[in-house]
Amino acid sequence: MHELPRQELTKGEGLKAVIVVFPGSNCDTDCFHVLRDVLKIPVEFVWHKQGKLPQCDLVVLPGGFSYGDYLRTGAIARFSPVMQDVKRHAEAGRLVLGICNGFQILLEAGLLPGAMLRNRSLSFICKPVWLRVENNQTPFTRKFQSGAILQIPIAHGEGNYFCDNDTLKGLEDSQSIVFRYSAQTGELGDEFNPNGSLGHIAGITNAKRNILGMMPHPERASESLLALTDGRALWESLV
Amino acid sequence: MTMTQNPPAITPKLIALHGITPEEYQMIIKKIGREPNLTELGMFSVMWSEHCSYKNSKPILKLFPTSGAGVLVKAGEENAGIVDIGDGLAVCFKIESHNHPSAIEPFQGAATGVGGILRDIFTMGARPIFLMNSLRFGKLDSPQTQRLVRGVVAGISHYGNCMGIPTVGGEVYFDECYEGNPLVNAMAVGLVTKDSIVKGKASGAGNPVYYVGPGTGRDGLGGAAFASRDLSEESHEDRPAVQVGDPFMEKLLMEACLELCQTDALVGMQDMGAAGLTCATSETAARAAMGIEIDLAKVPQRETGMTSYEIMLSESQERMLIIVKKGKEKIVEDIFEKWDLHAARIGEVKEGTTMRVFENGKLASEIPAKALVDEGPVNVREEKQPAYLELEQKLDLAGIPEPQDFNAVLLKLLAHPSIASKAWIWEQYDHMVRTDTVFYPGHDAALVRIKGTTKGLAASTDCNSLYCYLDPYEGGKIAVAEAVRNVISTGARPLGMTNCLNFGNPMKPEVFWTFHQAVNGMSDACRAFGIPVTGGNVSFYNENPQGAIYPTPTVGIVGLIEDIETRVPSAFQNQGDLIFLLGATRNEIGASHYLSVIHGRKQGLPPRLDLEREAALGRLILGLAGKKVLSSCHDLSEGGLAVTLAECAIRSPAKLGAVVDQLDMVMQSALGPQAQTGTEGKLRADALYFGESQSRCVVTVKPEHKEVLVHEAQKWGLPVFQIGKAGGKDLVLGERIQLAVADLSRLYEKVLPDSLNGGV
Amino acid sequence: MSYKAQVHVSLKKSVLDPQGKTVLHALGTLGFKEARDIRVGKYFEVALEAADEKKAEESLRKICERVLINPVIEEYSFTLTKSA
Repeated sequence: MHELPRQELTKGEGLKAVIVVFPGSNCDTDCFHVLRDVLKIPVEFVWHKQGKLPQCDLVVLPGGFSYGDYLRTGAIARFSPVMQDVKRHAEAGRLVLGICNGFQILLEAGLLPGAMLRNRSLSFICKPVWLRVENNQTPFTRKFQSGAILQIPIAHGEGNYFCDNDTLKGLEDSQSIVFRYSAQTGELGDEFNPNGSLGHIAGITNAKRNILGMMPHPERASESLLALTDGRALWESLV
Repeated sequence: MTMTQNPPAITPKLIALHGITPEEYQMIIKKIGREPNLTELGMFSVMWSEHCSYKNSKPILKLFPTSGAGVLVKAGEENAGIVDIGDGLAVCFKIESHNHPSAIEPFQGAATGVGGILRDIFTMGARPIFLMNSLRFGKLDSPQTQRLVRGVVAGISHYGNCMGIPTVGGEVYFDECYEGNPLVNAMAVGLVTKDSIVKGKASGAGNPVYYVGPGTGRDGLGGAAFASRDLSEESHEDRPAVQVGDPFMEKLLMEACLELCQTDALVGMQDMGAAGLTCATSETAARAAMGIEIDLAKVPQRETGMTSYEIMLSESQERMLIIVKKGKEKIVEDIFEKWDLHAARIGEVKEGTTMRVFENGKLASEIPAKALVDEGPVNVREEKQPAYLELEQKLDLAGIPEPQDFNAVLLKLLAHPSIASKAWIWEQYDHMVRTDTVFYPGHDAALVRIKGTTKGLAASTDCNSLYCYLDPYEGGKIAVAEAVRNVISTGARPLGMTNCLNFGNPMKPEVFWTFHQAVNGMSDACRAFGIPVTGGNVSFYNENPQGAIYPTPTVGIVGLIEDIETRVPSAFQNQGDLIFLLGATRNEIGASHYLSVIHGRKQGLPPRLDLEREAALGRLILGLAGKKVLSSCHDLSEGGLAVTLAECAIRSPAKLGAVVDQLDMVMQSALGPQAQTGTEGKLRADALYFGESQSRCVVTVKPEHKEVLVHEAQKWGLPVFQIGKAGGKDLVLGERIQLAVADLSRLYEKVLPDSLNGGV
Repeated sequence: MSYKAQVHVSLKKSVLDPQGKTVLHALGTLGFKEARDIRVGKYFEVALEAADEKKAEESLRKICERVLINPVIEEYSFTLTKSA
């Protein structure tokens, strides 16, 4: 069994990122573009069949339909050979970011609690939404103001987050809810919640704060040419 | 020769059942020198169907100009046309119909339509970078239409989203003529480096032929033949003909094929779409002028006991035929294994020009490939001007009262589902994946950037089918002109056109006449604008028990913007920008949306289009865009000036209103002889507000750019009128319209959700 | 031995079922007022080989719990029959 060297984030040399590519990933190249071309962060792809992650500080599980997702989103991807190493990477305290389908995979793999249901509207929804930053004391959000309101797109059919009451209470108590859907003013309410998710949850982290799962796509809001730039601070937080 | 089949005798009834006429049957006998067996009869029937052979449309399609600067792959040569865009890159694009399958099973019909058009693109070695679609349904208030809309939209969303290819734009119309026969035309655009374009050719005797993708089943049997028949009541029972799509499988296939294109192991590639294995093997052989042999025992099969007839005609989805360089098989097999796909070696390229199909070593079919592909029947159809035309074209303007309340008219037009916001639809499409979408749906044209360059591609699909119904020649011209204008409005130069010609039964002389007229109009427009036609498709038999649909020649135009920083949005951008109307306004309310919605009349002559003037407008706008003079540009179409201004306000990021109070000059300029339209005299107020005179745009500029704009417009000899100023919370138009933008917006946004939410 | 299992997967009672709710609403508008509640689930047919029925049941449970369901939101039941 392969052992990852336990070490702190490589200091001085900057962040090194890896993007896991499942056969149905389709935001892999988008994340790659933002990391390499926009933020100039060294990044490489890892094919899901690979049993071993290259040495890195950040693993990104990108959006898409990892295995077609006919059974449940993310249900098969968690059995990919590479996921064992992603778990070890996480247990070692290094960073894991799951975006959209990547978030769903983190839930299925048990790296974050809860599960995803179909959107309340039953339809796929792709549009920019407003998010409120609930916790800026994480490696992923330290460049955001506390309570900042962001505009970042979502694009999913199953982003209706669910967990039982105890789990929800645990998330709230440990301040693990990082993003909630909100109005542009920051107000919370069902009319600002695009998919029906419990507690308006858009993104959560683990207690150690090294794993973040989020439905919105920060890689789609990181360049002025694409009109939205609020996602950029998330990547900058990691550097 | 020994034939393995023990098939039913080939009776006249069986021949007719295959849609083959007695004359065509005699042609078949001549081609192969004997009577065909059942498998061969089936192969001829699908390959000689209108869908595959264009036997009825070919003589007319020749009218299209197909060559032009930068055309790398011409219309009809391959699965899709390709145009050079410089820097070693080329763009590959095509639009195709999936109308009949979508009428029967909207979700799967639309989904597999998307799958099919995407395969056409990546078969050429191009990576699909975006999708568009042109959809037409019956009236939105019918439950049947609502079911079709939900199904079609969900199907497109399912397939495109899973593939990770953004659906960035298109058009949606609602009209009773499409009741029961919706139009689902899907367009895909791909990017390829010039040196990695792949051809669908089976060249090089001895090269192995591979089949890649899931097993062949009985699904979609006779789909090509099915798409070439009238949609009758019975076809609702004809369900097995509809294929089921698997976008995940196609995603794997696409990635594997594109990876293969980067190796030197590939000779040719062709997808198995309409007419399945028959079409792929015969076309690749015919293009290379070679022979080909395949063994059906080696073809992966999903069902047991399939006959050679069934295997050759099946239209199971997501399958490719790949011709590989001998000795490089391992490279190919490894790539497909990486993507968990099974590549089966099913045959080989042969000397000669014959296509042979074996079943366990025994000959099941032997036909010259060219006989199936290039030597099908060509019919010159009878044409006759339809009787309705003269009657409906007559419109006495004196008999059309001008409405009292123009506010109410504008609200009613905006609330018509053909004009109202389509966000309910496009928010179900992932329109941002690949992070290249610069203009979201809802602009005049979609605009995507090309990473690693300063370039962008714009695209628009258009057709006003009521115009085509009332004057197919002018309607054809305008369909091209409008798509061109939309692309140019973003600052992009049109590169080429693809089209999807949706018409009724071509055996009816009236239908065929309109078809010919429309293609004539489109061709003349393409020539005037210097735009080559790079491909497309013909969909006949779009009829329901009530009659034929309006002639609907959908046009797709792709344009190139060299520097994405010179792009022009379509909505108001800045408070205080000056608003100009470019182009002349005439008393043209015939065939207008206003006349149909407000007066309940689908009559009159559509507006006249002056091709030279349109071309001049295009050059003017491109020049101004290049100089970064324009804050926004929006062309005028359905609903005229009032709807255009309302859209500029509603779609502006800050919901900016406008005060448009300088319409006098527009009024006066319209005076004078209007020989063409026969509407002399004073410009009617409704024509000014809601008329659809062609070759017009509303542009906004910062005050300091006024001089340049006016100067340039005069240089091109185009009428230019300063009509108002952007700003405020209201849209004020002349003395007759004043409405809050917020109210307009609320109305505009809620039309589709109100009808479509909450259903299953 | 060959067995055939019919597996029904449904959302736990405590989990809101947006699909079921929508179908129920649609039924109401279509005049089927008698429909009181609808839960949408999934159905699997699994053909499997096992030494005996007990072994078959064991592996089927594993398949369900490890793959077919997500225990956070779903539950399952099945029937197992010997196939000819």
